Amino acid sequence: MATEPSGSAASQTAVADPAGGAGSSGAGPRRHWWHIGGIFGFIVRRTLLGVLVLFLVSLIVFAATQALGDPARAILGRTATPASLAALHKQLHLDQPVFQQYWNWITGLLHGDAGTSLAAQIPVTDYLKDRVVNSAFLVLVAGGISIPLSVAIGSYAALHRDRPFDVITSIVTLAFAALPEFVVGLLLVFFFSTNVTHWLPAIAAPGKRPWQDLEGMILPVTVLVIAVTPYVVRIMRASMIEVLESDYVEMARLKGLPEREVLVRHALPNALGPTFQVIAINLAYLAGGVIIVEYLFNFAGIGGAIRDSVFNNDLPLVQALAMLIAALYVVLNLLADIATILVTPRLRTRL
Amino acid sequence: MTLADTVALTPDPEAVELVAQKPARLLRQAWRLWRTRIGVVLAGGVILIAIFGPYVAPHGPSDFVGAPYSSGPGIFGTDHLGQDVWSRFLNGGRSILWIATAATVLGITTGALVGLVAAYSRNSLDDVLMRAMDVILAFPQIMLALVALVTLGAQSWLLILAVGLTTMPRVARVVRGAAQPIVERDFVAAADALGVPRWRILFSEVLPNVLAPLMVETSLRLTYAIALVASLAFLGFTPNPGGADWGLMIFENRIALSVQPWGVMLPIIAIGLLTLGTGLIGDGISRAAAGIDRRRGGE
Repeated sequence: MATEPSGSAASQTAVADPAGGAGSSGAGPRRHWWHIGGIFGFIVRRTLLGVLVLFLVSLIVFAATQALGDPARAILGRTATPASLAALHKQLHLDQPVFQQYWNWITGLLHGDAGTSLAAQIPVTDYLKDRVVNSAFLVLVAGGISIPLSVAIGSYAALHRDRPFDVITSIVTLAFAALPEFVVGLLLVFFFSTNVTHWLPAIAAPGKRPWQDLEGMILPVTVLVIAVTPYVVRIMRASMIEVLESDYVEMARLKGLPEREVLVRHALPNALGPTFQVIAINLAYLAGGVIIVEYLFNFAGIGGAIRDSVFNNDLPLVQALAMLIAALYVVLNLLADIATILVTPRLRTRL
Repeated sequence: MTLADTVALTPDPEAVELVAQKPARLLRQAWRLWRTRIGVVLAGGVILIAIFGPYVAPHGPSDFVGAPYSSGPGIFGTDHLGQDVWSRFLNGGRSILWIATAATVLGITTGALVGLVAAYSRNSLDDVLMRAMDVILAFPQIMLALVALVTLGAQSWLLILAVGLTTMPRVARVVRGAAQPIVERDFVAAADALGVPRWRILFSEVLPNVLAPLMVETSLRLTYAIALVASLAFLGFTPNPGGADWGLMIFENRIALSVQPWGVMLPIIAIGLLTLGTGLIGDGISRAAAGIDRRRGGE
């Protein structure tokens, strides 16, 4: 970016622009006196940017939940009386000035106190403790299956471009990318749990941790894998095709390296670079996809909790969950940027 | 939160090499691909059912026609309240279509505007706009939509606003990326030198050159908007809780999937075919825009 005119860097396909995040996106080289160079400086800048994003996100969450309409009225519904409204206002500290409300909420969060769930009547942190672990397990299993699978499928399709495998992969990924998760999930339930066969449980076993109920994990994980795999397959295929047509792969072939070594040593690491970003985005996406999947399979995780908390107007829980998901997004994006820089040495010159 | 986000969500990454093309020519080229035609047939069929269904439905959407979950008088039996599943299905497509379409229009217009202004301003306004978009992108789309529904409930205008505004940053990124090389071109500088107002340069010089990626983005975003609106309804968030709505039908009848599968399967199939159709159309347009059909000698 330092040497190229602005614009051309951004138009280079999927090799993302990690330096752009530091506030110089598309605007050419603008170096300030406080600019710290190198990978360390890059990490510092990206982390600070992440903190800033989280601060702005907290404003949005606060505005959407607490400033837009009267939460107490929404919670009480038709049973609201002036007395009960006043009591709830006091309990939620809604009688204080807006700035004070925001300050209380954000300092509470930073101290690990997210308030008390209105529906469950226990501290939000206690309510979420086990659920966070359950969801993390679900997402990691789904990611652990889908990422190697999609890297393999994408590379294979790239190597056999326009052959039957590639064409079929292209159609199947297109279809799976277009179908909403709940459509895929309910079709699987229809075929494997309730109507056609009864091979798999339609819901997760209640009261059991997911690792104690592996049979109940099969369908939720399958839906998540189907939801995420198409994107990674597509970017992997495109990135691999680009790398295979590059000069250095041709060079490696011309100097007589065995094809296997060309692929594993030279093509794959370079093709993985842009894929990291997509993988991170998709892992973060999984965190959103679990809302549908956990609700569908009655899985005791944060996704189901998000749906229920919104349905029950459980304000403190909604706010805590929204911040949790946003923090996860920011961290995963940061990790992806760092990973991309580490596997793509030529990007380091731009820092 | 960089360009890869855009790429990840575009149906075919090769579409990144978009070239400026006239919309009519682009659509003609897309129409030559069999996937576009299949997509038009699938999506068109479902849209026709959604629009004209209410006129041919044998019963009203909320009429009591027989015992709950019985075979009832209609072909597909009755639902949990003894309403005719087939009639509810025929009545239930409009709201999803209308909300998703309105949200897409909102997302595309605002997103294109932000992207164009950001690309053309090339100064701190660009940074501010795109960082603001990043903030919205720090949420999964469904999460932000849900948060917006907490206090006000699932009202039509709020759903449109929530889905539309979460679509905006994704469109803005694509449009900004496509517009950046354009604003560097000589004809833009020439128009600027002639004293053409900046907003007019934006709309008559830059916008026509980013229409191809914008069209790809529109079909893609429509697919996601339909999926998102249907997913929210599936979670129990619909503007009209008593009325007929495909997502709501699934929400209501899911528990009885094994006894009365039609109440769930009809709307599932319709939503699936609709998103599949719009997805195929989007892929067709993106392939036509990227000129893949020419390189491969047609498909």
